[in-house]
Amino acid sequence: METSLDNTVVTRSEPSLRVITSNATQKNVKTAGREKRSHRQIRTESVFRRSLVIVSLCMVVLVLGILITLIVQSVPSLKALGVGYLWGKTWDPVRDIYGALPFLLGTLLTSFLALLISVPFSFAVAIFLGEYYPKGWMPDLLKNAVELIAAVPSVIYGFWGLAVMVPMVQKLETVIHVPPVGYGIFTSSLILAIMIIPYSASLGRSMIQMVPSSLKEAAYSLGATRWEVIRSVIIPYTRSGLFAGVLLSLGRALGETMAVTMVIGNTTSMPQNIFSTGNTMASVIANELGEADKHVYNAALIELGLVLFFVTVVINIIGKKIITKFSN
Amino acid sequence: MESTIVKAVNYNSYFGDNHVVKNVSIDIPRNNVIAVMGPSGCGKTTFLRGINRMHELIPGATAKGQIFLNGEDVMEMHPIFVRLKIGMVFQRPNPFPNLSIYDNVIAGYKLNGIKLPKAERDRIVEHSLTRVALWNEVKDSLTKKGTFLSGGQQQRLCIARAVAMEPEVLLFDEPTSALDPISTSTVEELFHELKKNYTLIIVTHNMQQAARVSDKTAFFYLGELVEYDETKQMFTNPRDTRTQNYITGRFS
Repeated sequence: METSLDNTVVTRSEPSLRVITSNATQKNVKTAGREKRSHRQIRTESVFRRSLVIVSLCMVVLVLGILITLIVQSVPSLKALGVGYLWGKTWDPVRDIYGALPFLLGTLLTSFLALLISVPFSFAVAIFLGEYYPKGWMPDLLKNAVELIAAVPSVIYGFWGLAVMVPMVQKLETVIHVPPVGYGIFTSSLILAIMIIPYSASLGRSMIQMVPSSLKEAAYSLGATRWEVIRSVIIPYTRSGLFAGVLLSLGRALGETMAVTMVIGNTTSMPQNIFSTGNTMASVIANELGEADKHVYNAALIELGLVLFFVTVVINIIGKKIITKFSN
Repeated sequence: MESTIVKAVNYNSYFGDNHVVKNVSIDIPRNNVIAVMGPSGCGKTTFLRGINRMHELIPGATAKGQIFLNGEDVMEMHPIFVRLKIGMVFQRPNPFPNLSIYDNVIAGYKLNGIKLPKAERDRIVEHSLTRVALWNEVKDSLTKKGTFLSGGQQQRLCIARAVAMEPEVLLFDEPTSALDPISTSTVEELFHELKKNYTLIIVTHNMQQAARVSDKTAFFYLGELVEYDETKQMFTNPRDTRTQNYITGRFS
């Protein structure tokens, strides 16, 4: 009896003991491994964080570097021409007269005219895709087409402008009795308008899709029509987002160079009206930098770049201020 | 003798091929509180949203059958006129965040382009906020944004917004499921007041709430209207075994 009892005790306890010991060793191995791993992780983590900081600092240095280069390189022109440069109406490198006003005006005219033309279209696209038909093959096609507009290289827009828009504008100019040149500020604005549609359209669309459906339903439940929901709920709710999209478009329009250079006519006189030929700051730099042999001429063009830099920065700051004001 | 205000006859609704509400026929008497209860996914909310034609706003949603409001088929009416006569309050308080408390109450008039003299607007705002027992709490902060209020106050503001349009029927889609217990009881007390002037249809998955607030209860299960009776009758002596199982907590 006793032996048999002992036996049963042994046979019972052995496997359970084995289980306990194996559990314990496994635990030790595990925790040791975990500590090793976590040390490595901490090291990797700090290396990773430092490289992020370095890369981010590089970006800041890059922007500052560009600004410094612009300032340094435009010193000869700043010294020779002073602030009068900004409102000088004449640009005549042969006689060493450099006034930036025609190009400042050219830039602002083309950009704001382009904005005026493009905003109705981009808002329409944004509302159509964001609210009316968010799904299906037709809206998908439209969405891809609009996004493709942003992907087409600007030289192709310039080429298309030369081939199609210039003759069309010529015809229009004949009808309204202005010199039928075809080239000019109006033609540039048309090309720019097309080029900047995707920026405000896609931002507007994603903003509109973010309007909570509970708000739209609240309006529908009060008997509002779709148009009333768009006007009274969606547009007020997305106002700052739509505005941000417009500013993004404006930034693009101000700096766009190639397409504008190809169709604006490249004259250096003051623009008389929107059908005049002219130059923007970007287009005159692209056009003349290669042949700017004189020291001051070169510097004057770079100073133009500096002005363009400041104009875009100021517009961005104003835009952000307005966005925060709207968001509050 | 109570008169019927809303009457559904063989009403069906679908999301694409999914048959969500199946052949529902129901008579809803005027100035009553009707609770619609049932487990999740039983079609009770979909049915409710069918009454004011909100269901069809969802892409792919369709409906068949008839729903009468005072004998007129809402399926034949323009949805906008239906929604002016049948107000709705949602699960989560959804005041318009860009509008003040005052403007939230008269939002329905603004949205529909109805212009009212200032005195009339003031009267509607005070009247509607009084109806939902919110006037005394907010009368000094009417120009503040509606989202400034607490959750329970926001929900009462949303009820005021619906009441301001003077509808005949008010639909509530789980109106207290996002509220704390105290706000919940305030809203529940409101139901007793509101039913003097309106007919209330309340979707709830809270059985106790159905028992507390309603005159009649409809029990939905798997898209069908299983049982529809006086609330007392339903909770003490249900006729259908499925209702009995639900009430006794055998499934939820």
